[in-house]
Amino acid sequence: MARNLPPRPKVADMPLIWILAILALLGGVAYWLARRRAMSSGGGDARVLHSLPNYYGVHGALLALAPALLILALWLLTQPMLLYRSVAADIPLLTISAFGTVDLVMSDVRRVAEGLDVAVGAGLLTSQQMTSAGPTEIEAALDEIGVALGSQLTPPVLDAARDYRGADAVLRWGMIAVVVAAALIGGAIAVYRTDRDFRARNIVERSILVLLAAAATVAILTTLGIVLSMLFETMNFFSQYPAHEFFFGTTWSPSFSGRGGLSELGIIPLLWGTLYISLIALLVAVPIGLFAAIYLSEYAGPKLRSFAKPLIEVLAGIPTIVYGLFALITVGPMLRDVIAQPLGLGNSASSVMTAGLVMGIMLIPFVSSLSDDIINAVPQAMRDGSLGLGSTQSETIRRVVIPAALPGIVGAILLAASRAIGETMIVVLGAGAAARLDLNPFEAMTTVTVKIVSQLTGDTDFASPETLVAFALGLTLFVITLGLNVLALYIVRTYREQYE
Amino acid sequence: MNDMRLTERATQMHDTKIAARGVDVFYGDTHAIKSVDVEIADKTVTAFIGPSGCGKSTFLRCINRMNDTIPIARVEGEILIDGEDIHDPRVDPVQLRAKVGMVFQKPNPFPKSIYDNVAYGPRIHGLSRNKADLDVIVEDALRKAALWDEVKDRLAAPGTGLSGGQQQRLCIARAVATGPEILLMDEPCSALDPIATDQVENLIHELRRNFSVVIVTHSMSQASRVSQRTAYFHLGELVEFGDTGDIFTNPRDQRTENYITGRIG
Repeated sequence: MARNLPPRPKVADMPLIWILAILALLGGVAYWLARRRAMSSGGGDARVLHSLPNYYGVHGALLALAPALLILALWLLTQPMLLYRSVAADIPLLTISAFGTVDLVMSDVRRVAEGLDVAVGAGLLTSQQMTSAGPTEIEAALDEIGVALGSQLTPPVLDAARDYRGADAVLRWGMIAVVVAAALIGGAIAVYRTDRDFRARNIVERSILVLLAAAATVAILTTLGIVLSMLFETMNFFSQYPAHEFFFGTTWSPSFSGRGGLSELGIIPLLWGTLYISLIALLVAVPIGLFAAIYLSEYAGPKLRSFAKPLIEVLAGIPTIVYGLFALITVGPMLRDVIAQPLGLGNSASSVMTAGLVMGIMLIPFVSSLSDDIINAVPQAMRDGSLGLGSTQSETIRRVVIPAALPGIVGAILLAASRAIGETMIVVLGAGAAARLDLNPFEAMTTVTVKIVSQLTGDTDFASPETLVAFALGLTLFVITLGLNVLALYIVRTYREQYE
Repeated sequence: MNDMRLTERATQMHDTKIAARGVDVFYGDTHAIKSVDVEIADKTVTAFIGPSGCGKSTFLRCINRMNDTIPIARVEGEILIDGEDIHDPRVDPVQLRAKVGMVFQKPNPFPKSIYDNVAYGPRIHGLSRNKADLDVIVEDALRKAALWDEVKDRLAAPGTGLSGGQQQRLCIARAVATGPEILLMDEPCSALDPIATDQVENLIHELRRNFSVVIVTHSMSQASRVSQRTAYFHLGELVEFGDTGDIFTNPRDQRTENYITGRIG
């Protein structure tokens, strides 16, 4: 039942803006009152106050708004559930059995309730009719405004809809009353507390800290939630499919027709494809990106640099699907016609090489932009020292600048590798979707991410191993990229302070 | 300024090592050095003194053409080393800098081992035939920089792990290892404590046997302690140049006198 919570009724949306407007007004008033009180307690001289006058104002607004907004948010989250329970409890069992489930009855109830609101709003029904009119009359009115019902309107449903409307209105008004009261009380407390020695600045500082910490918590909790959900589904998968066959199986052939038993879900071909394509991508991106970064930071003048750097970074802004099209239409056929077919290496337009090359181009700005920043961070004193000993510019770069910047460059490369491993669109369009274990780079292969997508597209049933395997694949990928990121962080941390 | 050492100073003159004639330096539109003429003798310590921004470091950087690495800097005039114009197209600035070593204001050892720091120049210039050769060069340079006894047991340790004074002596060893004829020092002691400063100053005395040393310093007592000749720069001009003893005891120019007596600076 909790899986399919009813959406918040549309009719109730309008007042929310008004509530927020009222709150804003109250906040403003609290700001002004608190500030004025502080000023008057200081005898009009801001210098005798503990904090700047604005801090007293912000403290007032904060106390008026923060609890009220918190209550509002909680109320809006819980109200639909409460409403659903209270109305659903009153629907006769007979009606429920006629519809099949409570959910179905309730969706009709909500539709009728919303229709009634619209009808009253449009003047089709008077409030007199609203409370007394019979089902046929109401149905006609609803018909007129275009509300279609799942079945004929029956008295129980109509009653429930009226209840729903009534309860909704009561709750709505209750919410407004509680929220406004909270704002008033909060504001009053703030104004009452304000005097010249009150430490408003400390409270404002503390609340900023709370806000920032809350933002960080949301980010961390989200990550945790994602990992946990994947973990549970993965455990579910391994209860249906043996783990050693998943990790060491060399065949990937899921079967959707004959559910269970026939599927072979070995991750090896997918991992191989992922690593092969990523390797080619890095072989393209690392030299080009690094050399471009060295040129831009060490040789190019400020004018060229200010022009070329954003231009390279534009590459990072191109959606990967566009790169995919480039791979599909241009690079793939070209590689096939120019290299693969003449050399007898295959005649597939989608190949590991295609995806790798195009992905490499996509990664160039990641490598070059990060490396450029890192190379620029190497102190000029290092270069002066080397040049002063009579080394040339390229000797200086090779022997001093790059070694000093190496940890950062390695970090940049590993970040690019994480991107490559997680990339999907370029692979689908460039390398195809056929899982294969092959050394020939001109054969079509595919990666873990592509298979996650294809296992979850279409008519999915979240109970079969063929679908659940997607979570195991996702978790494996997550562990690999996490490992790379940790490695990158470790390398950067270990060697970071070398030239200080 | 009645330092006893002033009177002990060896003032016999050697041949001219560096001769500058009519040197002007521009940073963009700023005229940083105005028509400087100076002759710096071999096997002598020459000090450049003057208030901040007077151009003494800029002039120092002209001598090994380090100003070439600053795009907006423009150097005019003639600088001769052993009678050869360093701006002659046939002169490779890279080779010039091997011959004219430089020590910077802040110690800047490379993030490498002590050994690799000193071996950097010899390796770049191919000064050793084998590892044993290189070992000898490194030890010799570290001895000349009075650092050998302190680091001989940890040559593989990173140069950045040394103390400030040791780092600066490492940088001097690094410059010495290339076998230069001239050593330029740009305020080499300004980032050091008095003890490290004393060590570096003693070192400069030793280095004079083999090199022509030019040192830029803000400390007049340092100039009087370590140098035989002193040049006073003011607003990009070379105001006065002569024996250190003369400059400090009997300055000819009013501006020099004001500076060394502490009225400006």
